[in-house]
Amino acid sequence: MHSTAAQSTQSADSTMAVARAQAFAMPLTQIDVSKPRLFADDSIGHYFERLRRDAPVHYQTNAINGGFWSVTRYKDIMAVDTNHAVYSSDWALGGITLFDEPMAERRPSFIAMDPPQHDDQRKSVSPIVAPGNLAVLADTIRARTATVLDGLPRNETFNWVDRVSIELTTQMLATLFDFPFEDRRLLTWWSDVATSMPGAGRLVPTKEARLAELDKCLAYFTRLWNLRVNAAPQSDLISMLAHASATRGMSPHEFMGNLILLIVGGNDTTRNSMTGGLFALHQHPAEFAKLRANPALIESMVPEIIRWQTPLAHMRRTALADAELGGKQIKKGDKVVMWYLSGNRDEEAIDHPNQFIIDRARPRQHLSFGFGIHRCVGNRLAEMQLRILWEEILKRFPVIEVVGEPRRVLSNFVRGFTHLPVRLPG
Amino acid sequence: MPRVTFIEHNGKQHTVVAVEGLSLMRAAIDNNVPGIDADCGGMCACATCHVYVDAAWQSRTGERTAMEKDMLNFAASTQDNSRLACQIPITEALSGLVVTLPDGQH
Repeated sequence: MHSTAAQSTQSADSTMAVARAQAFAMPLTQIDVSKPRLFADDSIGHYFERLRRDAPVHYQTNAINGGFWSVTRYKDIMAVDTNHAVYSSDWALGGITLFDEPMAERRPSFIAMDPPQHDDQRKSVSPIVAPGNLAVLADTIRARTATVLDGLPRNETFNWVDRVSIELTTQMLATLFDFPFEDRRLLTWWSDVATSMPGAGRLVPTKEARLAELDKCLAYFTRLWNLRVNAAPQSDLISMLAHASATRGMSPHEFMGNLILLIVGGNDTTRNSMTGGLFALHQHPAEFAKLRANPALIESMVPEIIRWQTPLAHMRRTALADAELGGKQIKKGDKVVMWYLSGNRDEEAIDHPNQFIIDRARPRQHLSFGFGIHRCVGNRLAEMQLRILWEEILKRFPVIEVVGEPRRVLSNFVRGFTHLPVRLPG
Repeated sequence: MPRVTFIEHNGKQHTVVAVEGLSLMRAAIDNNVPGIDADCGGMCACATCHVYVDAAWQSRTGERTAMEKDMLNFAASTQDNSRLACQIPITEALSGLVVTLPDGQH
């Protein structure tokens, strides 16, 4: 490690010690784990640790989100996620994220629906990520991964997020949508816009600007829809949506909702696991050495990366009836937030949860994909993309230097990175 | 002790000793049978221990539970004899059970 990097790690450690002391000294009533800042500076874990210990089902009110329950233990999260009869995902009730968008701006999508509509729409697209089709996609993914890695600069610092993580996930999405390849960065842009909060200095300055960008997304995809609805059914997502009985009659609003779901679902998530995996190995050099000595460990490392990163920090539900959860009384209408990031660090469910262990037993028992009927439809594709990426990295790069601190996304939903400076000695 | 047989999608057979009171999924996992992922650890919450129950055994393995139906609804390559192995408790009466595995767990 460079001496400057060592100094910066030491200073990061002391910053974290201060953050932990603050989290444990703060009155419980003041703990608000929805603050995006806590995710951007990565101090959030201390607050979750405190809540798991002292208030695992914790009620909090704030100006942005109103009142909401934070569920932080693995087993309580599992209880909510597997009880879709009580804990609804319905977009009309607020959907699956903590923040309630104004009613006029909410978009239906199958992740934000309950059965039976959810079931029919999900099944319209799920074959694209079923085992049989993954085998078809594997060679394409490997060839593209090789090209992207071979094109990386040597002996100069570059942003791994942009050159590797965004590029690979965006290429994948373009293929799944059969989206014009040269325009593929639009998918990245729309994904980022869809999950962003407007504001000065942010990605989009105003609410109006954000909606205008999303309208451009809808217009672009509507052109593709119109071409495909009039052609024979193909194996891409747009054609599947345009021809399936459960989705072909969707309103533009609902089409938009499902597009954003599929774009964000396939983009932000794997992107951040691609970056998070490299950063985790950088922080745990002994694990990196273990991996280089035995590349077969990629198999168990991939789910460990996905647990460690937890690229979506939470999912939200709305109670359809009174219910008891972890000793607390949930009332009909209450907003209930499952903090997957916290459950993935729960020592009652996961051995040594604060350690990154690439050969841990049963690595797939993590919450990052959710459980129950809304479990991530693309989970096995995501794992395959990460597996191929690491297979190809190990073939090429004996040394990957992370030469500075990452910059993290300011969000309580997408847990990710905007920047990770990397240098390949060559 | 009951013995059960898993047949991988490629035809490879694994006959293992199962433990009464534990699930068929556990019989696979505890004996390192490939092709059963069991991501949720037996909570009927992921559908990655999907098996096809041999016709001769369907009456003895019982019916799908309500949650199991909901989860299998989203599994790939389901058939009328699809079950989640975590929802089949092992009894002596199931000794000799044969199940086949799908092309992948999703």
